[in-house]
Amino acid sequence: MNFDLTSEQEMIRKMIREFADAEVAPGAYERDKTKEFPIEPFRKLAEMGIMGLPFPEEYGGGGADTVSFAIVVEELSRACGSTGITYSAHISLGGAPINLFGTEEQKREFLTPICTGESFGAFGLTEPNAGSDAGGTQTTAVEKDGQFVINGSKCFITNASYAKHLALTAITDQKDGKKEISAIIVPTDAKGFKIIDNYEKMGLNASNTTELVLEDVYVPTENLLGKKGEGFKQFLITLDGGRIGIGAMAVGIAQAAYEKALQYAQERKQFGRSLSQFQAIQFKLADMALKIELARTMVYKAAWLKDQGRKFSKEASMCKLYASEICMEVTSQAVQIHGGYGYMKDYHVERFMRDAKLLEIGEGTSEVQRMVISREIGC
Amino acid sequence: MNIYVLLKRTFDTEEKITISGGKINEDGAEFIINPYDEYAVEEAIQVRDAHGGEVTVITVGGEDAEKQLRTALAMGADKAVLVNIEDDVENGDQFTTSKIISEYLKDKNADLIIGGNVAIDGGSGQVAPRVAELLNIPYVTTITKLEIDGTNVKIVRDVEGDSEVIETTLPLLVTAQQGLNEPRYPSLPGIMKAKKKPLDELELDDLDLEEDDVAAKTKTIEIFLPAQKEAGRILNGDLSDQVKELVQLLHTEAKVV
Ligand SMILES: Cc1cc2nc3c(=O)[nH]c(=O)nc-3n(C[C@H](O)[C@H](O)[C@H](O)COP(=O)(O)OP(=O)(O)OC[C@H]3O[C@@H](n4cnc5c(N)ncnc54)[C@H](O)[C@@H]3O)c2cc1C
Ligand SMILES: Cc1cc2nc3c(=O)[nH]c(=O)nc-3n(C[C@H](O)[C@H](O)[C@H](O)COP(=O)(O)OP(=O)(O)OC[C@H]3O[C@@H](n4cnc5c(N)ncnc54)[C@H](O)[C@@H]3O)c2cc1C
Repeated sequence: MNFDLTSEQEMIRKMIREFADAEVAPGAYERDKTKEFPIEPFRKLAEMGIMGLPFPEEYGGGGADTVSFAIVVEELSRACGSTGITYSAHISLGGAPINLFGTEEQKREFLTPICTGESFGAFGLTEPNAGSDAGGTQTTAVEKDGQFVINGSKCFITNASYAKHLALTAITDQKDGKKEISAIIVPTDAKGFKIIDNYEKMGLNASNTTELVLEDVYVPTENLLGKKGEGFKQFLITLDGGRIGIGAMAVGIAQAAYEKALQYAQERKQFGRSLSQFQAIQFKLADMALKIELARTMVYKAAWLKDQGRKFSKEASMCKLYASEICMEVTSQAVQIHGGYGYMKDYHVERFMRDAKLLEIGEGTSEVQRMVISREIGC
Repeated sequence: MNIYVLLKRTFDTEEKITISGGKINEDGAEFIINPYDEYAVEEAIQVRDAHGGEVTVITVGGEDAEKQLRTALAMGADKAVLVNIEDDVENGDQFTTSKIISEYLKDKNADLIIGGNVAIDGGSGQVAPRVAELLNIPYVTTITKLEIDGTNVKIVRDVEGDSEVIETTLPLLVTAQQGLNEPRYPSLPGIMKAKKKPLDELELDDLDLEEDDVAAKTKTIEIFLPAQKEAGRILNGDLSDQVKELVQLLHTEAKVV
């Protein structure tokens, strides 16, 4: 048993923590208001080789492990949740499926620009009528003369406006009345492909969330990702990895809220004493510290299992579920400790609370995580 | 060009300093590359990239300093040297460190040696100039600009906010002041490669030095924290009474008049 990070992991943490404090945090408040995508921090992250962090060096990646990925997501999210989700989706939804299921050709063509940061990574699964029940996919891809003709729509897709191509799921066949779902890589500049960026969100305002509309979009059949009919299986595997990212995001946002609350409690005086001298507040802060520590440990465990090549579905679900729920609690308590000031934007904690809510919804809701865990424990 | 950087592992500037048993408490503290030495590493890398050659980072300290050396390697330095004195030297001072470094460097044909202007812990600013003296080469401290043309060097140095322009030649030692450059973040490929770069570990023996050769020239008598700042006091009442009270307090309480 060894709880130490490796020297690489530690160097990555130090580097990304300093970067997040200096380059990401200062604009976070403003970006939340203006909804401006954090393009400048990402340009620098690309220069530093972070955009391809866990992918093989032969495609321009960094060859680092999942623990390092979790560390980077946590630190970016601590500074700015929108930057955190953008990065997490870029790697775990955008790059990972191509790395896992792509052919050599596809990796060269589609993974390389993701690693260099030339393109953001995105993944189109959710549809207006298919969320938790992704089997309800209605988008179709019909084979015709060596091409897929794709029709349908997707909703809530992260990063698509900044992606040069993305994988999406579509029905490619019907067998015995059962849908056959496959994943297909589609260039975002294809004719008939519209990306609409006008959601009014509760939080994560600077992240890019889009609707995709596909009308007779033609792509060559070589763009099939993985095996035909295995789209469903593939995205379940993809989401397992993504959940580690969401868990790490939750730990980062919770950590930011906790640090603000602790500092405020030490400075704010009421009844002649600082808030941190009231046991009621001390216990809140102690609970926050405790929950964050547990959540981080679970995130690291899931990431470590993945790095060892072991089964990690259950742990990924557990870390995602636990971390996102404690993140909601911690951010809410951070607002509480700030009193009326916490309700004001200037104090940042209300932003953390709004950003946190998505974590209980995206990449499988808390209910879906409980379904996954129940299945894993043999219910 | 053969470039050496003098690097020290120091306390993080954000750390709260506490003293126990007459020593600064190091338990659980974060350690970093001395910030001025970070400018030195950055400058060395830039000079190497412009003029070719190799950057070697050297530190005198203990096993723990490997982390800071690896970080410098991750930023882009080529090689690192750790002179481990943990077992040989109990209480070193600036003489100790500069003696060891100069012994190491004396046959290395260094063209350029860059150090930080001062280490933020001890704050003496002595080690680098002493190394230059011992090697008998010129040195310029607190530089904010470095231009190298063949063996001619043009330097801008900071003199308490003003600038002084100096011309000199290689081989040379300089110390970095804030403003010299903007140290880069180590890149991910840099971090992944750092482990594979050479890091030599030496002891006094390897430099043909005895403990006596490097024994400290100074002795630390006491280490203490500055007195805690007390809340200010506002005097009230008649102005002339206030003046009287103030003089009285300065005399009896503050004991400054
Ligand atoms: C900001 C943002 C970014 C996103 N990014 C992406 C992306 O990049 N790619 C992508 O494909 N999708 C993305 N999504 C979509 C996200 O994954 C879905 O919103 C999520 O899976 C939930 O689906 P839904 O919204 O349709 O909710 P529904 O599935 O309609 O769920 C509504 C509620 O019912 C509950 N529920 C549903 N089924 C059950 C059940 N069987 N038992 C108990 N309770 C149940 C759910 O838990 C939830 O509480 C994003 C969403 C958001 C908000
Ligand atoms: C939208 C809005 C509208 C408002 N409207 C009005 C208005 O119309 N008129 C008006 O007068 N005020 C108004 N307020 C102010 C509101 O009543 C105060 O914000 C509230 O009473 C809390 O005070 P505070 O913000 O100073 O927090 P603080 O008193 O600083 O409290 C901070 C935290 O410390 C806790 N705390 C404080 N003391 C103790 C203790 N002894 N033991 C344990 N915990 C403690 C609190 O419960 C809280 O969690 C408004 C506030 C908002 C946000």
